[in-house]
Amino acid sequence: MTTFLILAVLVLVAIAIWQMTKIFELSQLKTDKTEVATDKDNKYNGYMLFAFLIFIYAITIFSFAKYGKFLLPEAASAHGAEVDYLMLVSMIIIFIVQTLTQALLYYFGYKYRGEKGKKALFYADNDRLEFIWTIIPVIVLAGLILWGLYTWTNIMDVNDDDDPLIVELYAQQFNWKARYGGSDNVLGGANVRMIDIDRANVMGLDEADSYASDDVIVNELHLPVGRKVNFKMRSQDVLHSAYMPHFRAQMNCVPGMTTEFSFTPIYTTEEMRQKPDVVDKVKRTNIIRAEKSASGGEILDPWEFDYILLCNKICGTSHYNMQMKIIVETEEEYNEWMKGQQTFQETMAMSAE
Amino acid sequence: MSAVTAHVDEHAQDDHGHHHHKETFVTKYIFSQDHKMIAKQYLILGVLVMGFIGIAMSLLMRMQLAWPGESFLVFDTFLGKWAPDGIMDADVYLALVTMHGTIMVFFVLTAGLSGTFSNLLIPLQIGARDMASGFLNMVSFWLFFVATIIMISSLFVEAGPAAAGWTIYPPLSALPMAQPGSGLGMTLWLSSMAIFIASSLLGSLNYIVTVINLRTKGMSMTRLPLTIWAFFVTAIIGVISFPVLLSAALMLIMDRSFGTSFFLSDIFIQGEVLHYQGGSPVLYEHLFWFLGHPEVYIVLLPALGITSEVMSTNARKPIFGYRAMVASILAIAFLSTIVWGHHMFISGMNPFLGSVFTFTTLLIAIPSAVKAFNYITTLWKGNLQLNPAMLFSIGLVSTFITGGLTGIILGDSTLDINVHDTYFVVAHFHLVMGISALYGLFAGVYHWFPIMFEGRMLNKNLGYVHFWVTAICAYGVFFPMHFVGMAGVPRRYYQNTAFPMFDELTDVQVLMTVFAIIAGAAQLVFVANFIYSMFYGKKGSQNPWKSNTLEWTASQKHIHGNWPGAIPEVHRWAYDYSKVDENGEYIIPGQDFVPQNIPLQTDEEELNH
Repeated sequence: MTTFLILAVLVLVAIAIWQMTKIFELSQLKTDKTEVATDKDNKYNGYMLFAFLIFIYAITIFSFAKYGKFLLPEAASAHGAEVDYLMLVSMIIIFIVQTLTQALLYYFGYKYRGEKGKKALFYADNDRLEFIWTIIPVIVLAGLILWGLYTWTNIMDVNDDDDPLIVELYAQQFNWKARYGGSDNVLGGANVRMIDIDRANVMGLDEADSYASDDVIVNELHLPVGRKVNFKMRSQDVLHSAYMPHFRAQMNCVPGMTTEFSFTPIYTTEEMRQKPDVVDKVKRTNIIRAEKSASGGEILDPWEFDYILLCNKICGTSHYNMQMKIIVETEEEYNEWMKGQQTFQETMAMSAE
Repeated sequence: MSAVTAHVDEHAQDDHGHHHHKETFVTKYIFSQDHKMIAKQYLILGVLVMGFIGIAMSLLMRMQLAWPGESFLVFDTFLGKWAPDGIMDADVYLALVTMHGTIMVFFVLTAGLSGTFSNLLIPLQIGARDMASGFLNMVSFWLFFVATIIMISSLFVEAGPAAAGWTIYPPLSALPMAQPGSGLGMTLWLSSMAIFIASSLLGSLNYIVTVINLRTKGMSMTRLPLTIWAFFVTAIIGVISFPVLLSAALMLIMDRSFGTSFFLSDIFIQGEVLHYQGGSPVLYEHLFWFLGHPEVYIVLLPALGITSEVMSTNARKPIFGYRAMVASILAIAFLSTIVWGHHMFISGMNPFLGSVFTFTTLLIAIPSAVKAFNYITTLWKGNLQLNPAMLFSIGLVSTFITGGLTGIILGDSTLDINVHDTYFVVAHFHLVMGISALYGLFAGVYHWFPIMFEGRMLNKNLGYVHFWVTAICAYGVFFPMHFVGMAGVPRRYYQNTAFPMFDELTDVQVLMTVFAIIAGAAQLVFVANFIYSMFYGKKGSQNPWKSNTLEWTASQKHIHGNWPGAIPEVHRWAYDYSKVDENGEYIIPGQDFVPQNIPLQTDEEELNH
């Protein structure tokens, strides 16, 4: 059916193009058969340039009106608000420049369309003009650069102040694991050479390292709200990237080295689910999912909002489905959950039995 | 020293002009050493053939994204066993992503664009009989041909072509067990690229030497048309950066085949630990992007050069700020070699390094802005002849601005954290380098078609249809794509169905795909126009666009040596359009342009800026 639709669209497009060519041809005098633009061509294409300017504005407005709500909800991390604010300011600057320059470009294209006998202005240089439009970008960009660098330095300063929770994110084709430091909040030594799948040491922890024995390895990331988390990223096979869009956080996982990122979650999953834009998004999405299920495809369960960790560096066949759920909860809930988890030592003891 | 060289060259050129070789079919059409024929060979192989394949691949991907998991006859036809029952397989999606990127960036927009127009225009616009070395030029094309054959043949390998993304980051690209495409497919990819780099270097060296040594009398560097400046600087960037990619490719070949550990360390895959120790994928990223970023400008600068020339000619006005344009080209070229780290803000490299690269990256916005403003001012108070080439040039400035502005976001390390590797990036670079460079390419083809095909011209009405459909669709595809990226959708995902948070974006995907398919169809209009006009196109006058540059004084019929008589001497810059004397009359009565080979008239002041 879809194939047929596409074929139909293609045929219609071909006919449209053929007709448009006809119109262009008919619009020209029969006697004039040059392939160089005539006054008539200039006139029509000049109007088209103006119409195209309107089209650009229209598609911009359309996209914002229709797709603006698809953007990520409010940032759920402490530094996220700063990122979003810088993004907003940059976007405003961009839109001002975009609106003005496109207007000038296409308006000039329309206004100065050629006519026989018209004289163009020989205007080759103007130092003052060029100085102005060099210096304005310099000033604006200098501001953006300084602001950006200040924020960047703050975000990327991964330190041990404020008693951060230490969590290792471990990537492999095609899933994620997280490791907590346990009661001492210190991660034990690890290396891929110590992986022993038969004995369930899947992350290559050093069994002789006492720091490792209380480490906790899980498939679902739980974080207490309001506490800084220092992530240590590792990969065991190829490059992956730990992308947590709701927290405005991302860092590549590189085999052979440990990378770091740090943020403080500020809303629990429950709180986030109550945010009006998240509620709306869930509602919209579930309508779509219900429609799809009803139209005879596979049955899609209704969706409930959750934070998510995605892989964002091409890593192979199932790259598109390499994910881990993130749950942000209160300190008590987190501690409760943590109590129910097995330590590395317990896991090893169980697998030995 | 240089005087001696120049003297020898003059002799060599004169020799060329006078005796005629007996041309056979093979020396004329296949192993030709004539720059005009080599330009056409690049155009047909690089742009028409490879461009067709590259764009067709993107349409297959777009269909999969819009209708994930749907069965299509075209998938079944073109992908065969990789699309069982017409449903695209996840591995072949990644292969398509990779090959689309490789083909479009290297084969179409580097070899196709530079190869065609540098070869065609450098000798003709500087007043030379041919390239400095016609033989090396021929070798360069045939190496490109071999690279093309190897790259295409990799599509037919049992386990599939390379599929690690066009950046082929190891370890994914280094380990055959990491994905099927990293076996023979990747070996062929690397071999093809090694040969491609050799071809590109030979070509670039030739362009540089030609521009430096073979300019005709009077053609000082400050009288060069901006096209030549752009091609010249592009060739220099190529010579500086392509060898670095070659070294990366060689080290990757060694890691793959000889057990070295340049880029690999601590790997456990498919149940076993590999012996690699001490290498770093981040090192590869640095080497790759040391070429990869200048590559963006290798693609873009020739397009900007073409636009400068086409826009000035059709506006019947000098290009505004010639010296500023040259300075911008040089500044962009210099800065382009020190910004590569902005592709690696979150690669794990030191954040301080990220700060440095943010700084250099945002600096590059300044010369780019100057160029954009100068183009707009060139249109102001012009007498715009809206030929298809002119429309594509205006379109280029438009997409260059739209795509370039989002670079301010991506170049800012703070903002890059959240949009890195999402569709926001895809939208950004497709507009700023993909679409813009293609527009430059089309502008060049429409404008210089008469030079390539002995006076025949492309049909303008088909050209208008081609432009308007393409222009609307390009924005239709890539403008909404920014929103998909800002919703957090990662690039290189085979389908987005694994994440309910992306469900509501399916409608946007369908819209973009419909625009993409229509845009693809519009390119067929161009191909048809091209092939028809090659044989039956209407012959125009010697100088149909009333242009100042020297190529329009050369023999319309192709002859070896370009000018039947002496090489023209140059007396002025290339932009004396609508120049008037004190009384407001054109310098040459009744004609609004003064070609470069016309001597200064009495009382005329030389105004080159």
